Amino acid sequence: MGNIGAKDVPVLLSPEGLRIDGRRLDELRPLRIEAGALHQADGSAYVEWGANKVMAAVYGPREVHPRHLQQNNKAVIQCRYNMAAFSVDERKRPGLDRRSQEISKVIAEAFESVVFAEEFPRTSIDVYIEVLQANAGTRCAGLVAGSVALADAGIPMVDLLPAVAVGKIGGAIALDLKKEEDNFGEADLPMALVPQSGRLVLLQMEGHMTEEELSQALDLGVKGCRDIYEKMKQALRERYAPTPVPGALA
Amino acid sequence: MSEEVAAEIRTTHLLDLAAAGKRLDGRGPDEYRKITVEPGFITTADGSALVRIGDTAVVAGIKLEPGKPFPDTPNAGVLTTNAELIPLSNPTFEPGPPQPWAIEVSRVVDRAIRAAETIDLTRLCVTPGEKSWVCYADVHVIDHSGNLIDAALLAALSALVHATVPAKRFEVAEADYPLEVQHYPIECTFVRLGDTIVIDPTFDEERAAQGRLTVATDETGRIVAMQKGLVGAFSPEDVKETVRRALRHGARLRALAQGGSL
Amino acid sequence: MGGKVYASVLGLVSPRPPVVQVIPLSGRYIPRPNDVVIGTVTDVQGTFWLLDIGAPRWAPLHMTGTPWKVDIGETERYLRVRDAVIVQVESLDPTGRIGVTMLGEGLGKLEGGTIVHISPARVPRVVGRDGSMIQTITRHTGAQIAVGQNGRIWVDGTPEAIRRVSDVLRFIDEHGHRPGLTERVGSYLRATAEAGPPRETAPEGAPHVGFAPTVPPEDETEPGGDRDSYDTQDP
Repeated sequence: MGNIGAKDVPVLLSPEGLRIDGRRLDELRPLRIEAGALHQADGSAYVEWGANKVMAAVYGPREVHPRHLQQNNKAVIQCRYNMAAFSVDERKRPGLDRRSQEISKVIAEAFESVVFAEEFPRTSIDVYIEVLQANAGTRCAGLVAGSVALADAGIPMVDLLPAVAVGKIGGAIALDLKKEEDNFGEADLPMALVPQSGRLVLLQMEGHMTEEELSQALDLGVKGCRDIYEKMKQALRERYAPTPVPGALA
Repeated sequence: MSEEVAAEIRTTHLLDLAAAGKRLDGRGPDEYRKITVEPGFITTADGSALVRIGDTAVVAGIKLEPGKPFPDTPNAGVLTTNAELIPLSNPTFEPGPPQPWAIEVSRVVDRAIRAAETIDLTRLCVTPGEKSWVCYADVHVIDHSGNLIDAALLAALSALVHATVPAKRFEVAEADYPLEVQHYPIECTFVRLGDTIVIDPTFDEERAAQGRLTVATDETGRIVAMQKGLVGAFSPEDVKETVRRALRHGARLRALAQGGSL
Repeated sequence: MGGKVYASVLGLVSPRPPVVQVIPLSGRYIPRPNDVVIGTVTDVQGTFWLLDIGAPRWAPLHMTGTPWKVDIGETERYLRVRDAVIVQVESLDPTGRIGVTMLGEGLGKLEGGTIVHISPARVPRVVGRDGSMIQTITRHTGAQIAVGQNGRIWVDGTPEAIRRVSDVLRFIDEHGHRPGLTERVGSYLRATAEAGPPRETAPEGAPHVGFAPTVPPEDETEPGGDRDSYDTQDP
């Protein structure tokens, strides 16, 4: 955001209302979700969203390491969001930087808001999110992947958590920003929705917006989340779809 | 889904099977699991590959950027390999600094790439003493079902083979050009299960193993790196036989790295 | 919530009005009282052992919950880390502590054979209605099988028998939620049958086979022979 003095600012919105990738303002990028992509984890999900490639794994509930983090009355939810060195244009040094730590925290808190943690006292539910390829909206992609992974692991929750970033480009409110729109746009608002209650458990904002624009953005984001929710449910259904049993056992 | 502590009877069963020349998944002692190589998996990288060996899955990404050469090698660029055993890959992850066994994987892979002179580092030099390319090979293990070393090197090599030097983007030259790879190291890892030495161990076989031996070979038949790991021993005859097997398998894996397969 | 019922886990809805039950499709084993489970010893303390039974928490097995006369501090002589055992869930308290016992028929230390892991959600399909599936498997293979409700299944027998049972269990784990399972398993077992008629091994009506707990090594006093006087101390 705010590439002050940057040359080559692209035109993000055409006069016909088309974005640089041909989308309309209220269109999502292509989104593909695969539940159960990993073998070692208790639950997992792989998400391809636009040019984002994100993997999430859940381990737990299980014993807490280190023990002193244990909570007597509920499970502790630990989340680690990390970006691979090769996931961004300029190589990122391996290891958790401050941005990753902040994102880990807000994502963990979003999950804590919906997971029935009291059912598993003195345990830990660990959510690991790895961004393999980034193109804006990685925390939302990570949340979506993590949420599906939690369901895949059989963790009881109030609901799945669809998430999406809404922004402002060329003065207009746009759904699901891609990299150039995030870099050169005027605002970025990632959010996560609990579809059942219609309430938000993740909300961040950076940029400039009027009250009216914010209101518009929230509505657009909620609508986008509801579409994403359907895809998340579908991915889980596909994991256990009843299809004819294959011929050979071996 | 594996348990955190392996029951002894499972280990004993594995060893009994090995004594009869059999393995849990029905493979023979000299068989690899199914290997797939998908180059170009990550478009933000200058080169990349997704490699699967059985259920093990790793992603390698190559990033090249201009930097300063080391003072003692002013005419050479830099190539550094790093393998990350990220926590989502297996249930035994512990928070904190990388554990020694994870560091070992990274270093054994790096050693093979370096010793084989996979890249002619002088070709990465732009202006002697001032500017050269720094090539990072980062390997992320995303699903750990055994034999990370072979998978990580195969992914790194495949990513290098299919990499492009972003010369235009960094305004070093008029156009991007393919990264030149001059040698093709492949690592083959074996573990001892009783008297039998099997290739391409699974997670369970690694836990039951009484010693592990990795042999790196290049396309000319040279042995470029070796590592004995875990607790156990190998006789010189064991080592020679293992090297013979590694040379045989190396050819096939090398072809996969160069051609890709899906 | 507001008069509506929502499922909190991903599962199949089994409608049996007025109760709607959600059967979880995946995830860790969640213990219930009276479940028979197979676990691995992960820690040994003075008066108890800790077992990994694949549940969210490790389960303590107290020394008084075994058929052995264990003295305090002597627990290591009876069970060590990595030993496998078959126990029964006794109690669950609100802090998540899972009490297990080894007192009971068919419970004890497991020796020989191997343990196959499947998803706990698949255990009912491995057992089958009234034990029909497990009986089919044991009848066709001659294997001894103990099924843990936690998805851990102990299998013993000839290497061939263990392999066939393992293949069947893996198949059920992967395809157990789809129709046509019983036929597929049956035809596989018949197709891979060893020479000779199927052998009857499983006792009637028992979905799993138990066995006697092992007797730990005791101090043995030599019968007669050269002994220094201090060897006659009580063990």
